[in-house]
Amino acid sequence: MFSRLLLIVRRQRTSPGWQNWSSARRSASAAEAHSVALPTQAQVVICGGGIMGTSVAYHLSKMGWKDIVLLEQGRLAAGSTRFCAGILSTARHLTIEQKMADYSNKLYSQLEQETGIQTGYIRTGSISLAQTQDRLISLKRINSRLNVIGIPSEIISPKKVAELHPFLNVHDLVGAMHVPEDAVVSSADVALALASAASQNGVQIYDRTSVLHVMVKKAQVTGVETDKGQIECQYFVNCAGQWAYELGLSNEEPVSIPLHACEHFYLLTRPLETPLQSNTPTIVDADGRIYIRNWQGGILSGGFEKNPKPIFTEGKNQLEIQNLQEDWDHFEPLLSSLLRRMPELETLEIIKLVNCPETFTPDMRCIMGESPTVQGYFVLAGMNSAGLSFGGGAGKYLAEWMVYGYPSENVWELDLKRFGALQSSRTFLRHRVMEVMPLMYDLKVPRWDFQTGRQLRTSPLYDRLDAQGARWMEKHGFERPKYFVPPDKDLLALEQSKTFYKPDWFEIVESEVKCCKEAVCVIDMSSFTKFEITSTGDQALEMLQYLFSNDLDVPVGHIVHTGMLNEGGGYENDCSIARLSKRSFFMISPTDQQVHCWAWLKKHMPEDSNLLLEDVSWKYTALNLIGPRAVDVLSELSYAPMTPDHFPSLFCKEMSVGYANGIRVMSMTHTGEPGFMLYIPIEGMDFIGRDALLQQKQNGVYKRLTMFILDDHDTDLDLWPWWGEPIYRNGQYVGKTTSSAYSYTLERHVCLGFVHNFSEDTGEEQVVTADFINRGEYEIDIAGHRFQAKAKLYPVTSLFTHKRRKDDVELSDLHGK
Amino acid sequence: MSISALLSMGRCCCRCCCPRGLWMLSAPCCDDRRMCVCPGPRRIGIPVRSSSPPLFSDAMPAPTQLFFPLIRNCELSRIYGTACYCHHKHLCCSSPYIPSSRLRYTPHPAYATFCRPKENWWQYTQGRRYSSTPQKFYLTPPQVNSILKANEYSFKVPEFDGKNVSSVLGFDSNQLPANAPIEDRRSAATCLQTRGMLLGVFDGHAGCACSQAVSERLFYYIAVSLLPHETLLEIENAVESGRALLPILQWHKHPNDYFSKEASKLYFNSLRTYWQELIDLNTGESTDIDVKEALINAFKRLDNDISLEAQVGDPNSFLNYLVLRVAFSGATACVAHVDGVDLHVANTGDSRAMLGVQEEDGSWSAVTLSNDHNAQNERELERLKLEHPKNEAKSVVKQDRLLGLLMPFRAFGDVKFKWSIDLQKRVIESGPDQLNDNEYTKFIPPNYHTPPYLTAEPEVTYHRLRPQDKFLVLATDGLWETMHRQDVVRIVGEYLTGMHHQQPIAVGGYKVTLGQMHGLLTERRAKMSSVFEDQNAATHLIRHAVGNNEFGAVDHERLSKMLSLPEELARMYRDDITIIVVQFNSHVVGAYQNQE
Repeated sequence: MFSRLLLIVRRQRTSPGWQNWSSARRSASAAEAHSVALPTQAQVVICGGGIMGTSVAYHLSKMGWKDIVLLEQGRLAAGSTRFCAGILSTARHLTIEQKMADYSNKLYSQLEQETGIQTGYIRTGSISLAQTQDRLISLKRINSRLNVIGIPSEIISPKKVAELHPFLNVHDLVGAMHVPEDAVVSSADVALALASAASQNGVQIYDRTSVLHVMVKKAQVTGVETDKGQIECQYFVNCAGQWAYELGLSNEEPVSIPLHACEHFYLLTRPLETPLQSNTPTIVDADGRIYIRNWQGGILSGGFEKNPKPIFTEGKNQLEIQNLQEDWDHFEPLLSSLLRRMPELETLEIIKLVNCPETFTPDMRCIMGESPTVQGYFVLAGMNSAGLSFGGGAGKYLAEWMVYGYPSENVWELDLKRFGALQSSRTFLRHRVMEVMPLMYDLKVPRWDFQTGRQLRTSPLYDRLDAQGARWMEKHGFERPKYFVPPDKDLLALEQSKTFYKPDWFEIVESEVKCCKEAVCVIDMSSFTKFEITSTGDQALEMLQYLFSNDLDVPVGHIVHTGMLNEGGGYENDCSIARLSKRSFFMISPTDQQVHCWAWLKKHMPEDSNLLLEDVSWKYTALNLIGPRAVDVLSELSYAPMTPDHFPSLFCKEMSVGYANGIRVMSMTHTGEPGFMLYIPIEGMDFIGRDALLQQKQNGVYKRLTMFILDDHDTDLDLWPWWGEPIYRNGQYVGKTTSSAYSYTLERHVCLGFVHNFSEDTGEEQVVTADFINRGEYEIDIAGHRFQAKAKLYPVTSLFTHKRRKDDVELSDLHGK
Repeated sequence: MSISALLSMGRCCCRCCCPRGLWMLSAPCCDDRRMCVCPGPRRIGIPVRSSSPPLFSDAMPAPTQLFFPLIRNCELSRIYGTACYCHHKHLCCSSPYIPSSRLRYTPHPAYATFCRPKENWWQYTQGRRYSSTPQKFYLTPPQVNSILKANEYSFKVPEFDGKNVSSVLGFDSNQLPANAPIEDRRSAATCLQTRGMLLGVFDGHAGCACSQAVSERLFYYIAVSLLPHETLLEIENAVESGRALLPILQWHKHPNDYFSKEASKLYFNSLRTYWQELIDLNTGESTDIDVKEALINAFKRLDNDISLEAQVGDPNSFLNYLVLRVAFSGATACVAHVDGVDLHVANTGDSRAMLGVQEEDGSWSAVTLSNDHNAQNERELERLKLEHPKNEAKSVVKQDRLLGLLMPFRAFGDVKFKWSIDLQKRVIESGPDQLNDNEYTKFIPPNYHTPPYLTAEPEVTYHRLRPQDKFLVLATDGLWETMHRQDVVRIVGEYLTGMHHQQPIAVGGYKVTLGQMHGLLTERRAKMSSVFEDQNAATHLIRHAVGNNEFGAVDHERLSKMLSLPEELARMYRDDITIIVVQFNSHVVGAYQNQE
């Protein structure tokens, strides 16, 4: 098997990329004419011989798993991997993406040494251009975050850009970001090198073998059915790229993997008269929607146009990407942009326009993790045209996930479970990716809402709220009102409203907050995830006691705010649980936890037909009555006294409100203000993570959620913090913000973020004590400018309730003080 | 105003048209005082006196003409004045060979042979005109658009409860004048007491009076013909008792599509007489009304009324004058009646109805739903010969024209081809002075032995709509003489579906630089952009009809030149163009089909 692979590899190494591929293919196939029988069983079957599949195989085998079979329907590295433009860029918007790209970069740079296979790796550096001030701000934000994870980068002037690249027209630039360690590499060769290394570690690789479907028993992978026979296995990894959606649906119990392909074009030219140096930096001109890299002395240039062409919606499953049409008319705006940027290239001769479909996801983040419905079914796909950059890191995280149960970094943002079932229809995906692909190079501002594929799920009150001027955002497919625009007020048009500064909704939200704080408001929170857990005996309580950190054996009618922890003591989910009766519980958790939380509960629930878990999210309209006058409103409507004596905090009972009967009223809110949650029906002692928590309690924690109040920040004039801004303690980087908001009460910006304590010598994480937090001078870096901030340890629970039960604090050091 | 002025189609006859750029530089200019041949492309070519002032444009409100803002008094006319064109000083222009002239008066047939085209005339004059003073003739794209879009109109059939139940989605219409005033008319209306929608184009000749009258009146005649007995009775009773009438038509009109207020009482009385007769004729048994029969009856009845009104006259001198103008001018009509999947086309003359059919492979094909009534139609020639004695076989159609004069073989009005000589003389003598002074009205066609030679009876074709029938183009001959029907259907089809097939470019083996490719792509995009400029399929079609270069692409320069012609010249290069594009709802049509 391995010798066969090497044959391909050896042929391949003489030919960079796709160019002489066909000849290599012919000779390779001749050598392989004899068919090899598949093994009948394996621990892991990986489907897909592109960069993702080979990277997963490579990392699994490195971690000691040996019984791995990799199946490829065509040839290794023949899909998007083969056509990939070969740019490795760490200039990403999410830190987790930056980390994946950074790891990939380090991995690829030594791959040739490790495997002896040429990968064409050249450290060229990349320059991201800014034609506007807003773009420059966006680059500065990325730059700040790159620096804190140790990737060298700097903001440079247009003049410096001209020095770094010979042909660039820099007259319309306001600045740029230079990342000197970015690289170019042949992705096909990287995939082959990874495959070769994996093969040496014992991974068996079979090409021309198609996976027909995955066999599942009792929601657990048992094997795969291929066109060459069955393989029994415990784990299946779907790395089928643009066919991943199709493959996911082919199961009897379908796995929904929301992604969709779009055509993507780049052109190749012959060498310049004086061929471009091989280390000429890659240019990303996002405002011009193009990228340009050197390619064999000439250039390779493509881009992300405004009007993408989605393909394969109907799921045409061809073996390889064959002879896709070049569409020059479609490419015209990008070509114009290229010639504006490099006018001297006019005389350069074209070799061809490459049509290389790329896969996009509904939120422009890649998809990894385990299926919520089928255990042992892992996915790594939907790379949004950054497959080469992410390949190494993503493969590593997924392998860790499989081997250790968790990746070494928090990848919730990329977790397959962030999607709900409604976000995976073909029509939805087709429409959404047409919005996502241009967004690759659009200015990415905070709080951006997608415009396509909306109103998948709405609250029963949607029409009424809309009539009141509601502006909507989408969470997990659910429409939620952001704020209400008064009739006399006009907001900016969508495009104009993009800003990193004070947004145009500021005053609107201010008055809404004032109303909540001084009077009473109703907030529609129907989107929140709601489960009911009931049992015939004590099973419900036992299970919940096992899964949740706080004691749930409370009197009926009481509400407990608690969290689901994993084995590492980390939060999987935070939620409120009301005890409706001895044997039934009502659980409320955030909207986007619906799939993840369900999967987590299901996974840890004992098999017991007397224990029932039900998703009742759609059975209740949830209204949050909030503000100091909430009590008055509710007592007037219900003719029942609502004073703390009659209705203590964190209490739940069914009552009638107005004409409606059977309304579940809870004296709690999710916002920290006094108030009630009303659940109106439309037509639920050991626990996981205990050991870890005990250990944390003993040893202390390595990161703490801390609140920062910005001191010298001018809300009107300064850039706003949004999320992901680096936090500095005494000048040292200690973490990043996770979210930010303007506090109308404090009249200051408030940021939340995890503070770490990195050892000055080793960089190792050390215990974070309250003392450590309190004895620091803090600064928050917003796009390169540091603002002073006051740190305040902030118990998470107090975000949700204003009164906590004492034993909350005792359970863990994590939140309390 | 004198009657000669009234009927002086002369102004138009004087201008000769040269479709597709055929012209004769050496054509003899006519003598000052002499009537001369005008074998122009117009429907009608007749002599007038040089003194004839412009015709009834001041007597009748005319559709706004918006032309030639830039070059009304440009040198163009002077250049031509010396070359061949003599509209200022002369009675009439001798002229180019014009095969498509509608009606001509040729006392000296020899001239016709005189005037042979020079094939390269267009190119020659182009060079001459535009190289000398290029800026003068140039219209910017927005100016071109404002001209093209001035008369455009769109109607979408409203949806009920989010559903469209009509087989018609809506229609786009537009017209581009070449005559001043334009002689084409258009009409569209929804029948309110019966189902169905009526759409029609009307091409006038010898003035616009007849086409105007037909455009106002014909649909009422059709609607009445379609009404059941009870409804007619109800309407008649309402009139009788002074109650409010049932509305029978909902018009869809552009602001420029006007109705004559003065004649409306007269027209109503004629229409009422018609329905009273229909009521009287009713035998009591309620038979299903046959649309084909209704259309034929309506056409014939209206033409009959036009003729009768002119014979009877009217005590009001203005109206008396109007009915004579209507009767002595002429108009063709092409009318579609769409009701569910039943499409009837009634045609009189040489306008045309063309069905756009999308084949399974996405390509477009044209299905003609009307027959032209002219010399190119063998059956029409046959019909005419049969209707007249054998000894007239040679004279009834000469030089492809009825009696050597009229191009369409069927038309409304044109009593000169319908009345006996006696009747004509009597009406003219007793008529107003203006009529008496007009050379054309007094002129009796040669070999005029057994009138009538002309009829308004339409030929009705029926087509059952299928889901692949996407649209219907109704247009006057101004469109069909510049564009092949296949091109018309393809351009509309691609416009409506948003599909614009251009051969894709492939580099494949050629040496192409980035700069060359960029130039090529920019050019191709400019070509495509014309599609996106138009929100109206009819406008888009006119843009192509007027602006197409030899490669079938809209050439802005050509479009600009054609549209900036002074009104005296415009008619030489093109005819009035009127287009209605009716779009069908394939879902509804498909549902009808499935019901059976």
